[in-house]
Amino acid sequence: MTRVIVITSGKGGVGKTTTTANLGMSLAQLGYQTALVDADIGLRNLDLLLGLENRVIYTALEVLSGECRLDQALIRDKRQPGLILLPAAQNRNKDSITSDQMKYLISLMEEQYDYILIDCPAGIETGFHNAIGPAREAIVVTTPEIAAVRDADRVIGLLEANGIQKINLLVNRLRPEMVKSNDMMSVADVKEILAIPLIGVIPEDECVIISTNRGEPLVLEKKLSLPGIAFENTAYRLDGQQVDFIDFDSYSKGPLKRLRNFFLGSSTT
Amino acid sequence: MITEFFERLFVNNSRGSREDVKRRLKLVLAHDRSTLNASTLEKMRKEILIVVSKYVELDTESLEFSIRTDSRMTALIANLPIRRILHLEDNI
Repeated sequence: MTRVIVITSGKGGVGKTTTTANLGMSLAQLGYQTALVDADIGLRNLDLLLGLENRVIYTALEVLSGECRLDQALIRDKRQPGLILLPAAQNRNKDSITSDQMKYLISLMEEQYDYILIDCPAGIETGFHNAIGPAREAIVVTTPEIAAVRDADRVIGLLEANGIQKINLLVNRLRPEMVKSNDMMSVADVKEILAIPLIGVIPEDECVIISTNRGEPLVLEKKLSLPGIAFENTAYRLDGQQVDFIDFDSYSKGPLKRLRNFFLGSSTT
Repeated sequence: MITEFFERLFVNNSRGSREDVKRRLKLVLAHDRSTLNASTLEKMRKEILIVVSKYVELDTESLEFSIRTDSRMTALIANLPIRRILHLEDNI
């Protein structure tokens, strides 16, 4: 049975598309046939983060209007053949598609894929409702900041009201140093407030920007960065495996910080 | 004692905003989560008035009907002035 999972957040810019790209790539690396669907019509970015922007010819809208077949719009990633992208139209907006059309599109794809990840647009309007319609599970992405957590809470309520019960939390852009100095909420704080199971914690890191600059998902690197490992671990957990969460304190750089950790102990999550 | 020495060296003893943000978030979410939307409230009001009007005649001009929330609880407040009590025979 295909797992159809929507990656959503409410707040924009917290890392939905980055998560979709990296989780999807990780799942494909684990051997699953994985389809990524960009539901952000008019402001598509999934193609960019995957570095597939030059291969977009047809989008979901042309499939719906009958201009092309589904397989003509799907882009198979040459670096990881188990991964496929269905791009969104860039020159239209969220009202160009109905909820039923979205469900129909996903139903066309269901039998061939183990996982379908839907990259949800920001907000809670039409685009959001269209993206969550076909989903049976959700991953809510938030950062440990007040506005993102408030929006995530609203989104969780809307997901539950729409019959999606399997909702997992991913905390992105964590800064362990700031948590230590009591200037940022910890993962435990966020999890306590939102009260849904935690599936991933990704640290803030410059290499995320570098990876988007290049269009190369973090999880493709030969020597994985910390966020890369964290995304991979998230994919393992999604797959049902037990993986401990990274203790970010033990990765603190510099001898002075290591000395401090030695004497004061560590407690980030 | 050694721990305290190193704590003074390394730990930034500013109060930190973490407690502020947790407190503010919990308050704002308690409010966000308990707000009934306007149309649900209106439907509820109409139905409640129908039921109450089976037993008493209400002064519809000075009716009050609202939701009030503080950090711990939400309450539905209804103030329904009664003109007269209907006798059971009136309802048959």
